[in-house]
Amino acid sequence: MNYVLEIKDITKSFFDIKANKNISLKLKEGEIHALLGENGAGKSTLVKIIYGILKPDSGSMFLDRVKYSPLNPDSARKHGIGMVFQHFSLFESLTVLDNLILGQKNNISRADIINKLSQIQHDYDLFLDLNKIVATLSAGEKQKVEIMRCLLQDPKIIILDEPTSVLNPEEVKKLFSFLKKLSDEGVIILYISHKLQEIKELCDSATILRSGMVVKNCDPKVLSINELAKFMIGKDIIESYDLSQTENIDVMNVVDIVYVNPELYGISLEKVNFSVKKGEIFGIAGIAGNGQSELMKVLSGEINDIKNGSILFNGVKINSLNINDRRKKSMVFIPEDRLGHSAIGNLSLNENILLTNLWDSDFFKNGMIDNVYLDNKTREVIDKFNVVCSDENSLASSLSGGNLQKFVVGREILKNPNIIVCEQPTWGVDIGSANVIHEFLLRKANMGTAIIIISQDMDELRNICHRIAIISNGKLSQTYNTADITSEDIAIEMAK
Amino acid sequence: MDLYVAIFQGIIIASTPLVLAAIGELIVEKSGVLNLGVEGMMIIGAVASFIVTHETGSHLMGILAAIIASGLIAVIFGILTQYLLSNQVATGLALTLFGLGLASLIGQSYSGISLKAFPKLEVTILSDLPIIGGLLFSFDYLVYLSVLIVFATYLFLKKTKAGLVLIATGDNHDSAHSLGYSVKKIRLLSIVYGGACAGLGGAYLSLVQTPMWVENMTAGRGWIALAIVVFAVWRPLWIFVGAYIFGGITIIQLHIQAIGVNIVAQYMSMLPYIVTILVLVFISMNKNRLAVNAPNCLNKIFKSDI
Amino acid sequence: MFKLEKKENIDKSSIFMVPLYAIGCSLLFVFFLFILLGKNPVLALFIIFIEPLLSVFGISELIVKSTPLIIIALGLSFGFRAGVWNIGAEGQYTIGALSGGATILAFYPISGLWLLPLSFLVSILAGALWGMIPAILKAKFNTNEILVSLMLTYVAILLLSAMVYGPLKDPDGFNFPESRLFHNSGILPVILHGTRAHIGFLIALFLVVIMHFLLTKHILGFFVKVSGESSKALLFSGQSSNKIIYLSFLICGGLAGMAGVIEVTGPIGQLVPGIPIGYGFTAIIVAFLGRLTPIGIFLAGLLLALTYIGGEAAQMKLGLPNAITGVFQGVLLFFLLAADAFTKYKISLINMKWKS
Repeated sequence: MNYVLEIKDITKSFFDIKANKNISLKLKEGEIHALLGENGAGKSTLVKIIYGILKPDSGSMFLDRVKYSPLNPDSARKHGIGMVFQHFSLFESLTVLDNLILGQKNNISRADIINKLSQIQHDYDLFLDLNKIVATLSAGEKQKVEIMRCLLQDPKIIILDEPTSVLNPEEVKKLFSFLKKLSDEGVIILYISHKLQEIKELCDSATILRSGMVVKNCDPKVLSINELAKFMIGKDIIESYDLSQTENIDVMNVVDIVYVNPELYGISLEKVNFSVKKGEIFGIAGIAGNGQSELMKVLSGEINDIKNGSILFNGVKINSLNINDRRKKSMVFIPEDRLGHSAIGNLSLNENILLTNLWDSDFFKNGMIDNVYLDNKTREVIDKFNVVCSDENSLASSLSGGNLQKFVVGREILKNPNIIVCEQPTWGVDIGSANVIHEFLLRKANMGTAIIIISQDMDELRNICHRIAIISNGKLSQTYNTADITSEDIAIEMAK
Repeated sequence: MDLYVAIFQGIIIASTPLVLAAIGELIVEKSGVLNLGVEGMMIIGAVASFIVTHETGSHLMGILAAIIASGLIAVIFGILTQYLLSNQVATGLALTLFGLGLASLIGQSYSGISLKAFPKLEVTILSDLPIIGGLLFSFDYLVYLSVLIVFATYLFLKKTKAGLVLIATGDNHDSAHSLGYSVKKIRLLSIVYGGACAGLGGAYLSLVQTPMWVENMTAGRGWIALAIVVFAVWRPLWIFVGAYIFGGITIIQLHIQAIGVNIVAQYMSMLPYIVTILVLVFISMNKNRLAVNAPNCLNKIFKSDI
Repeated sequence: MFKLEKKENIDKSSIFMVPLYAIGCSLLFVFFLFILLGKNPVLALFIIFIEPLLSVFGISELIVKSTPLIIIALGLSFGFRAGVWNIGAEGQYTIGALSGGATILAFYPISGLWLLPLSFLVSILAGALWGMIPAILKAKFNTNEILVSLMLTYVAILLLSAMVYGPLKDPDGFNFPESRLFHNSGILPVILHGTRAHIGFLIALFLVVIMHFLLTKHILGFFVKVSGESSKALLFSGQSSNKIIYLSFLICGGLAGMAGVIEVTGPIGQLVPGIPIGYGFTAIIVAFLGRLTPIGIFLAGLLLALTYIGGEAAQMKLGLPNAITGVFQGVLLFFLLAADAFTKYKISLINMKWKS
């Protein structure tokens, strides 16, 4: 059997964490191979080694039987390996063509590139206006630019890292047919994802990683989702939660909100309409970049000059209230960015507690910060929410993602709020902490708190929300009962 | 008519050091670095070129000295900001303070000495033409060099791959790095180039404009050069417009005083600075134009392996 | 090849080790510079750094020189912490000196204890307003405050000159470009008899204490910290970044203005065109050397004042050019910035080769 890429016993450690332990892998021509695993399982590390970004501590790789030891990505590209990262390496103020030219290290002329591109566009049905400025493109179009960059190098192997996280269902279909075409021509596709349904649909074979080791090599089409999940996580995933009954009192009503974004390429909100009941968990689904941050700011009061439409909290119009006035009314907010928005890395934990409590006079004595009260409150959050840290004076940046997020969520929940508005509450968080955060939120909802969750993670929303709406291009869909919403509904709404 | 030609010539001479310093800084900023040390680099260029020209009798040697000296102190800025990741604003200020101090120190014994005049480019037939001769063909070679540099910069950024790479570095240094471009090297080179240009501008001051060495003779021109880059919205050809406007105001203000218009001298001298402020405000008001042309990474520190 | 890795925990002792390293390196640098200039380096260092401290007169001059540096730097540190770059302190200082001095001149020859406090009030206000110009332009139009505040410095210096050559010129002064000497009510009381040391120093000390409390215990200090870290987080905490910008420039401008009036009612005693001698820029070095902390600034101010006094002494006694002071100050800032890098990051070598 002629394997194009052979990986033998790759091991890589960072300080005392073994990110890859004796990983072996064999890929043959035209294979679409999935690399499955949870956050932190070692997928990115392995792929960075293949692409020349990292060097392994031990082990070896072979391309077409010849030893392959790339010193850097340039070397990997020269050997015919291309990669499309989750976070694009694009230049926003330049055109598509310029971005593609920059991706080429050889001295190929502009005319030649254009010719090759029209060939590629034709062969793979990848159409894009080469003169458009990248900043104006949608996420899906940006991904096309990255893919075209790879194709210009005539790759033997293309690695894709979580490619569908930025695509709507329509675009996912197109991507899959494109990948299948490539595979038919003999190109190997190494597909990293944690989305089991997609892997089953697309991939011929899969390697499942857990804690840095290969736990299973299999054909994903043959195994069930639950079986695949079990290998990935080590236990049954579907933790179904029992959602409590909601009371029929509206806590928040958002009526026909219009927000015109002053930024050149920013998303505006158009006639957003929804309501949230007491004790309800309301989900707003959608791929990033469709107006979620703008909506979050409108709800929190960071934008508080909305003239068109109204936001009612317990029946009172709050459009012009700033964020601390809203906090006084027992509303709390948890934006997605925990290093630079909801918390500050270079500040200690107790300073971070102060960040959202500046309106609370209990924290002050005669205009001065009451350090005793502050330290006590910080310790309370640390204890009640199991935050792993040295003490209340630790810098926020020294905590792991999961622990910092528990801290940030705990900081707000401890205020016993009437409503919690959060954005991507479990993004980049290990599965243990994510479950804990979900439990906190559910418990609060049980006690009558209303919760709005803005999230990209459909699974998360399906698991814990009573009702869901979908945001797309700044417009909010109708509200669906979670139990009733189908994949078609979601696909249709996201394509609008 | 002769008066107007003379005024025009005066404007060109006053503006050329600004053109040189600004076009160099434009490249630096396009690569994503803000170098506030332009004033320091200019004055080092001025003192170095003066001393070397005086000692060797050769203007050319003086110019080379200016380029090398300013380039060298620009390297200090480059190493501190790119490899030791120091704060760009503070480091730029340090460069200016150090440059001014060092120039004063070195230039101590050269105050008040005058040099022989800098040769004008005598293109006989052309420079004898009525009016046009005076307007276009009677300048020294540095003026023509400055014009060439600006056009070369324009072509470099618009037409070459190297120019594209420079713009990319200023747009998103993380993307540039992941594509395999050496961000730090590119920026260091730009910084040294900017230093050389600023030095050249300073040399023009002490060799051509006022062929004398006077302590602090740059009188804030380095700062005006920085403003000109913003005024031009980082577009090379507009550097001309900015530099000639500021040079123009300086000259016209002198002539107005000479005519005897009764406005106190100091208020007239304030004009270039006040106009700079007004222009800056006007430019910053158009947020969107700024957004498309301003290098995104300006003043952000690039943290990564070499 | 090297790489710089961010250190997990910043060594607490680095907060004073860094300035000490920088000072040490700068001293070494000028040591060699003296040799190059043909002067005895040890003697020069002694005259500049040690000798002034050995006499009452030296100490009194230290007090006089350090006062404006400390006051201006206190104001600057507030802004720098918040990420607001006021480079125009020299101009705000000049405007303060001009307006305070003009107030004193306006009331000549009336005497009264209220004259000094009034002139202080006027200069603080004037300095603050002059500082508000770049602030407003930044807040409203997003104009670069570095360039605007700098341009205004030149305008301020020219304004002073215009006034002293014109309306404020001493009518009995043989047409020299200087104002009348301030009458008694317009001169700061001296605290060390027989010297120029005046109560401005006590004011500086008082401000150090106030700033310390403001920055560590008061909510304002917290805002400044947050503002310097992230404008998004600042907005999230409920504060507008415009407010911080205004506040920073108000405080910087006001304090710089105060320093200005202290100088003219203290050691200078009148208005002359040469009032601005670079304190506004040296104060930037003082602020960084003092790690942006009030107590650090106090010590750094004393050190830099020492370089001025010692520099003048060295010029008289050894014929060392005055510009040495400027060079030392510039080099000090360079070494400070370099030393800073080593406390925040550590250098490690990357292995370039693959292990077989």
